[in-house]
Amino acid sequence: MILPLSWLKDYVEIDVTPEELEKKLFDAGFEVEEKYELGKDINKVVAGYVEKCEPIPDTHLSVCQVNAGEQGTFQVCCGADNVKEGGKFPLALVGATVYATAKDHKTVEGVATIKKGKLRGFESFGMLCSGVELGLTEDLYPGAGYNGLLVLPEDAKPGEDVKPMLGLDDWIFDIALTANRPDCQSILGMAREVAAVLGKELKMPSTDYTETEVKKEGFTVSVEAQDLCPRYSAHYVYDVKIAPSPAWMKRRLALVGMASISNVVDITNYVLKEIGQPMHAFDCSYLEGNEIQVRRAGEGEKIVTLDEQVYTMSPANLVICDGGKPVALAGVMGGLNSEIRDTTEGVIFESAKFARDNVRKTARSLGKNTDASARYEKGVDEYSVVLGMKRALHLIEELGCGKISCTHVDVNTGNSIEPTPMKVSIQKVNSVLGITVPDEDILNIMKRLNFNPKIDGDELSIEVPAYREDMLPQGEDVERYPDVAEEVIRMYGYDHITSTFMPSAQVTMGGYTLRQKGELALKRTLCSMGIHECMHYSFFSPSDLDLLKFPEDAKERNAIQILNPINQDLSLMRTTLAASMLNAISRNEKQGILEGRLFETAKIFVPKSLPLTEYPQERDTLCVGIFGQEETFYTMKGIAGTIAESMGIVFTFEKKEKTFLHPYQTVSISCQGEEIGYFGKVAYDIQDELDMRTSAFLMELDLELLAKWYGSKIEFCPLSKYGEEKRDLAFVMDKEITYGKVEECIRKANKYVKEIKLFDVYEGGQIPAGKKSMAYTVTFEPKNEAFEGDTVQKFVEKICKNLKNELDIDLRA
Amino acid sequence: MQDKNVLSENLSALKAKIENELDVLKSSKELYEFKNVYLEGKKSKISELMKEMKNLAPEEKASYGKSVNELKEWAMGRFSNMEKRVKELELSRRYEKEKIDISIPAEPAKIGNLHPVTLVRNQLIDIFAGMGFEIFEGSEIETDYYNFTALNTPKDHPARDMQDTFYLSPEFLLRTQTSAGQIHVMEKKKPPIKILSPGKVFRSDDDATHSPMFSQMEGLVVDKGITLSDLKGMLDVFVQKVYGEGTTTRLRPSYFPFTEPSVEVDCSCFACGGKGCSLCKGTGWIEILGAGVVNKKVLENCGIDSEEYSGFAFGIGLERTAMLKYGINNIKLLFNSDIRVLQQINDK
Repeated sequence: MILPLSWLKDYVEIDVTPEELEKKLFDAGFEVEEKYELGKDINKVVAGYVEKCEPIPDTHLSVCQVNAGEQGTFQVCCGADNVKEGGKFPLALVGATVYATAKDHKTVEGVATIKKGKLRGFESFGMLCSGVELGLTEDLYPGAGYNGLLVLPEDAKPGEDVKPMLGLDDWIFDIALTANRPDCQSILGMAREVAAVLGKELKMPSTDYTETEVKKEGFTVSVEAQDLCPRYSAHYVYDVKIAPSPAWMKRRLALVGMASISNVVDITNYVLKEIGQPMHAFDCSYLEGNEIQVRRAGEGEKIVTLDEQVYTMSPANLVICDGGKPVALAGVMGGLNSEIRDTTEGVIFESAKFARDNVRKTARSLGKNTDASARYEKGVDEYSVVLGMKRALHLIEELGCGKISCTHVDVNTGNSIEPTPMKVSIQKVNSVLGITVPDEDILNIMKRLNFNPKIDGDELSIEVPAYREDMLPQGEDVERYPDVAEEVIRMYGYDHITSTFMPSAQVTMGGYTLRQKGELALKRTLCSMGIHECMHYSFFSPSDLDLLKFPEDAKERNAIQILNPINQDLSLMRTTLAASMLNAISRNEKQGILEGRLFETAKIFVPKSLPLTEYPQERDTLCVGIFGQEETFYTMKGIAGTIAESMGIVFTFEKKEKTFLHPYQTVSISCQGEEIGYFGKVAYDIQDELDMRTSAFLMELDLELLAKWYGSKIEFCPLSKYGEEKRDLAFVMDKEITYGKVEECIRKANKYVKEIKLFDVYEGGQIPAGKKSMAYTVTFEPKNEAFEGDTVQKFVEKICKNLKNELDIDLRA
Repeated sequence: MQDKNVLSENLSALKAKIENELDVLKSSKELYEFKNVYLEGKKSKISELMKEMKNLAPEEKASYGKSVNELKEWAMGRFSNMEKRVKELELSRRYEKEKIDISIPAEPAKIGNLHPVTLVRNQLIDIFAGMGFEIFEGSEIETDYYNFTALNTPKDHPARDMQDTFYLSPEFLLRTQTSAGQIHVMEKKKPPIKILSPGKVFRSDDDATHSPMFSQMEGLVVDKGITLSDLKGMLDVFVQKVYGEGTTTRLRPSYFPFTEPSVEVDCSCFACGGKGCSLCKGTGWIEILGAGVVNKKVLENCGIDSEEYSGFAFGIGLERTAMLKYGINNIKLLFNSDIRVLQQINDK
């Protein structure tokens, strides 16, 4: 919200510096995002009186003696065509800063410092300036648009700073407003707050005018869609004379970034900025049927707006129509057919409240955002609807650009624009804050905010102004003491809040749940293996599903879609963490990082039905990705093993197929017979597709399933009193026999086997073709009594016998 | 009979020999050999001299024996000194052989780091858990009701414009704030409530300073007699634990639909102590979180009697906190999994 202080001063006296005002507004909840002096780049420019002006022969230049009062008299060379003896112009002294312009003398190209110069042999001590060089436009200061020197007023005193006389000493504040205060979206709205924070009186803008007896006979307004238009007022103005606006109005519009068009149109824009009420003016002569209808647009109905764009509407859009056709897109823009022209003689002024959400949807769906729609989207109150109309009619009279008829129509739902009485308990107000604000301060604050307060014992009676819709009673909520508390404390000052530590609260037990502790322990285990935690978006791309080559019916393809994604790559809720991990590895490799270990714990989203009709399952999932020359299937298997060991459980692995993993280096991970995940080597074609130079391995574990073993009870095993026995055994077997099979057979053969450790695999040499040798250290642990003499030897014989019988494995001689 | 003088000469000769030969010994092996030749065993020179005793006259035996024993004692003494010296020498030679270039870099065992957001999250949880807060993690997919309506943000509310929401269906959406989970808690649990809800939230915003996904931690206290002053008191403790003893807080008015009054909370700049620096953009203050007294409508929506109970809530952006804490300048770095970034930031 752009706030020029010069405009603000119409309604409230400001006797503090811009810095002090900024601080006070900040404390009251209005952050000044930016503030600057209009002439911030202009320095050391004074009024100069040209005492002598002689042309330099054969040039367009003149050499002038310029009187700058107490600053002295300076010789200045000037090329402007309107320089003349006896003229008063802005003189930039040596060392002054002004805007540098391009060859066209119009385009500003940064700030220049004036230096002593020499032109055609004549020394020049300064520069006479144009309006553009001072940052002015025709609208900001009459004459500033001229391509030559800016002419200063007759009464300008030579040597005086030009900034005050040109209005360049004005300050512009850009204020951030919170969504609950749409009433502050205007100069007047901010003036109310400034008056309150400074404790000054608010001077309301004039709204008086005289109605003639002229009537627009038979004129009617009907509002069909009152849900979208709770208040619509129209007033007929005649004998209109379209002309340029006065300089003061042009300047103010320019200060808030609006172009001046003509008096009548400017009045609507002026009221929008001043009162916060969007207005529209229709040329009566183009309205059919002497009526206004406010209704939903028909399906496919079209309108051509002021800016000559054609829009096709639907019943979701509200339109203003005359007897036959749409003449305005309600709250957004008027129609071309009834726009104000130079020839306009009769005008219907519109001041209305349209439902904010509807204006917003229309503006969004048609892609048409205007000053009016932006204002309506924030919320317009009915108080301003009435005030805005009055102000516009006053300005018509003040500018002398028309006569005010007595035809005024106001269609409303009976909402009052008078203040609403409310009673609140002072004790409750203080109980929100935790401090006791003195009654007189409460009284004073509420008075400054126009709530007309009275205090009777604990009862504070106030009158909520109609523009404070955020404070009005809502349904059963008629005692809005927290809102009053907020008003009081933002004016009283948050620095009055003292720190207490819940003296009346009960003691509660805090901390992590078992599940949260378990997950944290798991993360620490992963870190201890050199794996860094990473975090990816919860959404992924349909192309990720293709990258991982999931078949059409794969559960991973049953992903929840975001209806309004930022882009397609972020349009699906993740059903696997593998794709994000692969992309992360690929990104690292592109940065030249060719080895690393990463993990992520996050949710995958499993819908029960699509589109969603109930909450989907959100399954906590762990994904580990490792890559680099050192990494193998077995390093990943080691990671899995460490996870299991850290939790006191055992994982078993079975060969598994995954579309995106190596056909022979992929396994499922199970615990106590339940499959809880997988790991494997990334398929080479995917590695190539992602331009990955090294092998990568991925693991996913379903933490929802793993979670039941978090914090498992530890059972202590007493150390055996008897010594263990170890035997090294080498076996010769068929090449296809796996380690797993051998281990299973050995364990089945003897219950005293504690540990089996493979220490050598060998082929060739004395080993027959198609066979291999595997050498193990087998540890036997006695249970209740020590092993005697040949006990272990007998165990070994039994193992050998079983291996021979079951797998045709021989003990190597 | 042996001549006593001859024997005496033999003794002197042996002594001289031992003296000479002992001095040149350089290794344990030589020491061992020397010991065998001269000092130990039946065939050693000393033993041989002792054997001469039988050839002496009885009256000479005693003094001779004594002399031999003295020689032996002397020799053993010298020997053990020598042995000590040689052993020391050998040890130092052995060490010298193992002289290495200690400046060659070693490969440290690799330790992974928790994500910066997890680190901050854990730190905050530890602080608030100590104040009696339980941890509740809500779901990322929420209904319109829990994310907005129950939080006093009905369909037409202007505050909905503050947050661009990702919708999954007309009813379901990606939560825009962790406050959504608190409604679930308040529906199930009656006061006293002290809940901390960390989690991911989503807004349709993607530029240099915004990420469509980020993490929040929402705190909620509902009990009898809770006030804005209690909020300030708790936040004071919080900022001192996170940013150091001298840190102070400042409240200023703000707006959230689910709190009334609502405040933005700034803490005194921990980089400059409030003097003004580049981190705090010269203001001396850093915005750290939004908070407020729980709107009584929100309590009522959850079936909690707002006349009996009151509460406060606060929401902290974890990425922002992590970025401030570790000096990370771009939020995107937190989601990029660049190992060069991740390996720099740990618990210290």
